Amino acid sequence: MNFPILSSLILLPTVGALFLFFTKDKEGNNVTAKYVALFTTIVNFLISIYLWISFDQSTSNFQFVEDRTWIEGFINYKVGVDGISILFIILTTFITPLCIISVNNSVKNRLRDFLIAILIMESFMIGVFCALDLVVFYLFFEAGLIPMFLIIGIWGGPKRVYSAFKFFLYTLLGSVLMLVAIISIYWIAGTTDVIQLYELGIDSKYQNLLWLAFFSSFAVKTPMWPVHTWLPDAHVEAPTAGSVLLAAILLKMAGYGFIRFSLGLFPVASEVFTPLIYTLSVIAIIFTSFIALMQEDMKKLIAYSSVAHMGFVTLGIFTLQQQGIEGSIIQMISHGLVSAALFLCVGVVYDRMHSRMINSYGGIVTIIPKYSILFMLFTLAALGLPGTSGFIGEFLILMGAFKDNFLVAVIASLGVILGAAYMLWLYKRVVFGKLVNEDLKKMFDLNRSEYLILSCLAVPTLFFGFYPDPLINTIEVSVTDLINMHNTNIASK
Amino acid sequence: MELSIIFLPLIASIISGFFGRYIGDRNSEIVTSALVSISALLSIHVLYQVIVNQYEENIVIATWISSGSLDVNWSMLIDPLSAVMLVVVTSVSALVHIYSIGYMSHDPHKPRFMAYLSLFTFAMLMLVTSDNFIQLFFGWEGVGLCSYFLIGFWFKKESANAAAIKAFVVNRVGDFGFALGIFLIFYLFGTVNYSEVFQQIPTVVDKNLSFLGFEVKAIDLVCLLLFIGAMGKSAQILLHTWLPDAMEGPTPVSALIHAATMVTAGVFLVVRCSPIYEYSPLILNFITIVGMTTAFFAATVALVQTDIKKIIAYSTCSQLGYMFFAAGVGAYNVAMFHLFTHAFFKALLFLGSGSVIHAFKDEQNINNMGGVWKKLPYTYALMIIGTLALTGFPFLSGFYSKDAIIEFAYLKGNTTGYYAAGIGIITAFLTSIYSWRLIFKTFHGEYNNKEIKIEETHESPLVMLVPLFILSIGAVFVGFLFKGLFIGHGENLFWAESIKFLEPLSTEHPPLWFLLLTPCLVLLSIPIAYYLFVKNKELPNSIASINKPLYNFLVNKWYFDELYDVLFIKSSKKIGLFLWKFCDGTIIDGFGPDGISSFIKKCSIKATKFQSGFIYQYAFVMLLGFSALLTFLIVK
Repeated sequence: MNFPILSSLILLPTVGALFLFFTKDKEGNNVTAKYVALFTTIVNFLISIYLWISFDQSTSNFQFVEDRTWIEGFINYKVGVDGISILFIILTTFITPLCIISVNNSVKNRLRDFLIAILIMESFMIGVFCALDLVVFYLFFEAGLIPMFLIIGIWGGPKRVYSAFKFFLYTLLGSVLMLVAIISIYWIAGTTDVIQLYELGIDSKYQNLLWLAFFSSFAVKTPMWPVHTWLPDAHVEAPTAGSVLLAAILLKMAGYGFIRFSLGLFPVASEVFTPLIYTLSVIAIIFTSFIALMQEDMKKLIAYSSVAHMGFVTLGIFTLQQQGIEGSIIQMISHGLVSAALFLCVGVVYDRMHSRMINSYGGIVTIIPKYSILFMLFTLAALGLPGTSGFIGEFLILMGAFKDNFLVAVIASLGVILGAAYMLWLYKRVVFGKLVNEDLKKMFDLNRSEYLILSCLAVPTLFFGFYPDPLINTIEVSVTDLINMHNTNIASK
Repeated sequence: MELSIIFLPLIASIISGFFGRYIGDRNSEIVTSALVSISALLSIHVLYQVIVNQYEENIVIATWISSGSLDVNWSMLIDPLSAVMLVVVTSVSALVHIYSIGYMSHDPHKPRFMAYLSLFTFAMLMLVTSDNFIQLFFGWEGVGLCSYFLIGFWFKKESANAAAIKAFVVNRVGDFGFALGIFLIFYLFGTVNYSEVFQQIPTVVDKNLSFLGFEVKAIDLVCLLLFIGAMGKSAQILLHTWLPDAMEGPTPVSALIHAATMVTAGVFLVVRCSPIYEYSPLILNFITIVGMTTAFFAATVALVQTDIKKIIAYSTCSQLGYMFFAAGVGAYNVAMFHLFTHAFFKALLFLGSGSVIHAFKDEQNINNMGGVWKKLPYTYALMIIGTLALTGFPFLSGFYSKDAIIEFAYLKGNTTGYYAAGIGIITAFLTSIYSWRLIFKTFHGEYNNKEIKIEETHESPLVMLVPLFILSIGAVFVGFLFKGLFIGHGENLFWAESIKFLEPLSTEHPPLWFLLLTPCLVLLSIPIAYYLFVKNKELPNSIASINKPLYNFLVNKWYFDELYDVLFIKSSKKIGLFLWKFCDGTIIDGFGPDGISSFIKKCSIKATKFQSGFIYQYAFVMLLGFSALLTFLIVK
């Protein structure tokens, strides 16, 4: 085993956080704290890029594996990446520094503590995406709740306590069942090592219940209809950076979990429950799109659109077609970029006007033109215009879904029409039209850091829209093997 | 060289869009116009090569998406069909660019406008030169996006914003069908490349699919879904409502996007897919019916509109209907021919009307015009040429293409064919009535505008008139010049493989009386229109007041907008509110987190009441419990 690169990815932000913890919190002047956090996350990003470069795309085996005994005969601290997880790690390390840059304007008090929460969060998220032991996965997965709970509960808006508890209760409820399932997997198979479990397989008579237990946890986190109602509230109350982390990374844990665990460990049950997933996904896409149409709060609208977009993701995963799963992964990456950007866009105007209500804006295009252009770009990416990464994901998902089930693909495609309607209508009401609210004239355009953040998100959104090959090549072999493994498992049962 | 045709407009757009602020208005205008003009000259060269040397090429630029068995390239396919489209798109675009320099001279956002126009040209070129369905879709949505930007160009106008969104969303409805069509093609053929798909067509001709319990022929379903996309983009009946509203955009936009190029993309799609459509007579019939219904419907509405641009917009809608029913009767080459000629005379009419609007300082209502033909002599003359060409006046371009459509419909020899030919003739008559109405009301009669004095109206500058003049040359001559090439009888040399005919088109000639019928009606309509709209102006009004319901029906455009408002817009909002407030709020939250937490709260409040602190209460409860336990033990 060479240099433990994954562990350093996981630990580095924590080290940064510890460092911050022992520095003195100076009221009003936290430049140093910010630079420390920024430095740590950027180094982490560079390491993850190095990881991507040295990653071997031609095999679906787990790479950079580290295996250390934790509790003798029970839990090993085991981490590793394959083509599927590596992209999520990079997404995490890419979004976090941007979040840290963005806290400038939005977080006024206890900035140091806020940065600590974000750094700890990054550690946990990376841990989730490279854990290869169910218990380790569970620990990271659940631990991620805590910093998010604090971010909403301490730095949130007026209804933050209600939202934080709603968020916490919902997600915890599902997770308890997952914990039970993990324990019973240990009793059934004798190990919680994912790679071994892939090889051994789990007796199909247990699979249904286990699948449902995992599902209850992932469904809440995705979030799928009807357990999605925590998301709009959480987003509305969370500070901008919190919303960005929540939308861009936290929601992706569940999608990743579905691919890695539900499909990988329980192939038979996945087949059995596909209709359930299809139904819930399609309902999510259509229902939440209609709801998004009627929102008056910008953040709520984008939150609801996230539910619809994640509906596409779950739909794609369970098509078990190459295009469907690859589309889902790309959709998750793309949604990570685009929803992050959209929440930041809301944050930009919120910082200036302290209102998230759509009707307090209008006609701002001439006042803040740079903002308007970038906001337009992300609006278009959110509605899946060809040439943006949103299109590649959505189109591949629907293509895969169509192969598997006509009706589902047809209904899901309707969501694309609604998506155009609510996004363009939002944009029109905020940016175009006559300037009614005189206060808006005092707004200033993007400052340098905002411009930097949004451009950093715009570049990959466009680049992967025109040239998604780097993404697809990374995941191609892993996805192919996942499907093959699934098919052989089904055939042998 | 071929690639520069596509990328010059893109470069122009980037220069003007991102650096317009630094290089100035005038330079942005010059750069974009020059680059697009070069692209136009190169396209003409390519078309020449195609005609003379049968030049064909498929250039692969880069891979785009490769996922599993799906392989999509960025590519440029040059064959007769795309060469013709290249010329139409780039030449009209170049002229519109130049014209815009004059038309937009008072606008503060010139670089942005030019950037959109060039970007549109790029997207349209991507659309026509694609060698696969997904790049086609890229261009398809790309032109839709530019159309959205340009319709909403005057972003302060509430109506312009609404029209822009309407255009995008209605087009998305069409794209929904189109995308499903692409999925189905991939499902059936395992590829989305034209040539590979077209080769495999014979193997799936007899394949059936069951959809929602219906057995349908796979090929019919493919054709239908693709055609839904075409209906959206080409504003065919049911999905046409966005086109008249799109006139909120600046007039050069209407000429380029909503007359000559983008709206013909649907026709192009059907012609491009002729190898598929040839195997689906059912859907071809459907296309004919939709086409002729649209042609007739739009013509009737155009009769009573008063907005000069909306009249021309409905006229476009109607002419697109002609193109579709030509394709529907299997005369794809004739459809392309009409597309080609229509691009010239309709762009001419739009730009001419722009010149009129310019002269009247943004007045668009023809009731507020009149009597200015001496003040605007060039515009007047050029508009007359455009009108003559549109109505199919003998030996102008519209005459060759439109009459050919009606002839081929007749020669088809089946019921739909005869029916289509009949409607085609009636519509041709209506077309000339409304076209001449527009001319007479705009240029003849008394001067009706109360806000501007007649002396203040002025002829447009040269930079606007020259493009008009060039287009008018096209409107006069292209029909005659390209007739032999495009629709020469009994041979298909020019189109080669790009259009497929399962059975060769009929080479017979329809009877002489039939051939003479349309031109006669067209000629006759000029004096009729003159009498109605100049001589005896009371007559149209009294006809309208006698047939009030019919008149209202037409003025309100067959009530489509009102119907859709109730069916889709209001109901979606209601559904949205219901799902949000009731389903999410009352049911999910009410029984979910909020319900559970309030339930637990209630229980605990009850439970706290037990802890009252009074010993006699505790003793009483203890006694109760003790006796219950005792009873239980005894009974057991």
